[in-house]
Amino acid sequence: MNKVYNNKAWFLILPMLLLVAFSAIIPLMTVVNYSVQDVFDANTRFFTGTEWFETMLNNPTLQAALLRQFAFSFTILAIQVPLGIGIALLMPKRGWQASAVLILITLPLLIPWNVVGSIWQLFTRGDIGLMGVGIRQLGYAYNITRNPADAWATIILMDVWHWTPLIALLCYSGLRSIPDAYYQAARIDRASKWAVFRYIQLPKLTNVLVIGILLRFMHSFMIYAEPFVLTGGGPGSSTTFLSQSLTTMAIGQQDLGPSAAFSLIYFLIILLVCWVFYTAIMNMQKDNANQGGA
Amino acid sequence: MTRSVPTTPETVRQQAAESAAKRRKRARSAPIRWRRRTLLGLYLVFVMLPIYWLLNLSFQTNSEILGSFSFWPQNFTLGNYVGIFTDANWYMGYVNSLAYVLMNMLISISVALPAAYAFSRFRFIGDKHLFFWLLTNLMAPPAVFLLPYFQLYYSVGLFDTHIAVALAHCLFNIPLAIWILEGFMSSVPKEVDETAYIDGYSFPRFFVTIFIPMIRSGIGVTLFFLFMFSWVELLLSRTLTATNAQPIASIMTRTSTASGIDWGTLAAAGVLTILPGIVVVYFVRNHIAKGFALGRT
Repeated sequence: MNKVYNNKAWFLILPMLLLVAFSAIIPLMTVVNYSVQDVFDANTRFFTGTEWFETMLNNPTLQAALLRQFAFSFTILAIQVPLGIGIALLMPKRGWQASAVLILITLPLLIPWNVVGSIWQLFTRGDIGLMGVGIRQLGYAYNITRNPADAWATIILMDVWHWTPLIALLCYSGLRSIPDAYYQAARIDRASKWAVFRYIQLPKLTNVLVIGILLRFMHSFMIYAEPFVLTGGGPGSSTTFLSQSLTTMAIGQQDLGPSAAFSLIYFLIILLVCWVFYTAIMNMQKDNANQGGA
Repeated sequence: MTRSVPTTPETVRQQAAESAAKRRKRARSAPIRWRRRTLLGLYLVFVMLPIYWLLNLSFQTNSEILGSFSFWPQNFTLGNYVGIFTDANWYMGYVNSLAYVLMNMLISISVALPAAYAFSRFRFIGDKHLFFWLLTNLMAPPAVFLLPYFQLYYSVGLFDTHIAVALAHCLFNIPLAIWILEGFMSSVPKEVDETAYIDGYSFPRFFVTIFIPMIRSGIGVTLFFLFMFSWVELLLSRTLTATNAQPIASIMTRTSTASGIDWGTLAAAGVLTILPGIVVVYFVRNHIAKGFALGRT
């Protein structure tokens, strides 16, 4: 759509801008302010420059948390994206079944995040949980409070349960927007099912998948409530992700300077990864378009 | 129907359609249909099992939960629910949560509508940068804003009020609303605006009486998302409240006491947090697929 150049549009944006500025710029400036100072009390503070940033970047606990965070994010993306596409292909297209399946699949997305943690705690406990008791009956000493591997597997399973619906619903809406004529043409060409998927369905899904992967990456990088309730970050610190380390430092220990510096690093990592991913995808699409392809 | 030599174009078309339907039926033969249904069914079982277990535990007393393992409640009881609905500390949690979620929905949609219109219809100085900056707010981890929010709202005297949480959730809900609405608005042809202006409509009158009704499914979907992300958030709502506006999510942490965890009440409270979501998703079930693609398919 060709848009009209008109700077009066700023008046339409102004109310939104004031509100978001109040809840984003002022707090962010506070964080920047803290990150370069050493605050003793209300009146005594020293300018420290980049010292806090250096300390934080060299802190082994945080480096470990960062590595765990990346491992977690990429694992869940690797499971959720193919699974979500598969489910979207299986979902019924019309009739009451379509509505029913949609509502059932959306359900996990609408549960408060700490309740998701509680649900899985109740589900996996060795004494009262269906899954916990079930696995123990099979002869494996399943215990998420003792065994880090069990804790990891459970958290990943929980995240797959919680967020695969998002990818599935995105892909479902992408699939529904494909006109019937495409499928008819494929039938005339006697295209195989794989060919239909690869050359008709997948290209149409690119847009929604970009949104889905971006959203999933962002949210998995901010994950806090679910592991906090389920494992409390343990056993040891094997499931302590970045948000939890930050919250412990900022609220628990009141280390203003270091936690502010850490906050900024954390935020910048998310921005950087999203930006790189987005630019890469957009360039790929541009290349395809230039070659006269899809 | 007997297969005669077709004489009119209508019969040719009819016969072609019939044989095409037959072919399609054969192609999607029974085994394939059943395989699809089984796979989808397995996934639905995986989705429903933890929720079923929550329901199951919520209808049991604590002694039954800890004493015997059973797949369904042996002594069906509503005691956990009665306990929640008769204790003001508990049910006020739901009222508080709903209060700030509704406030947030109202604030976000009313400032996001004009802003999304501006982004979808006009170019202006800094529009692309502004849009990108909005999206970065979506990426900001709430943990980063925890401490400054606490200090900011404390210093302006809003700490422990519903409006504080509603404003804090605007951080990610306004950008999200603008993102979704912009997609829906861009699919309305610009000629609609121009015709209305030629017919003598002023901008506010056009916007309220013509444009908003045209994108009402988009607005419904946006409200659904605003509800969803405000309802499920824990970290900010817990930090910004103490007693008067405490959300249900943080009240639930009280079930663990010195004498152990009150599993039955925890399960019942969990079930009650799922119900509003089911109600909301029922309203938008026909538009939700498009909504999840943010209006951009």
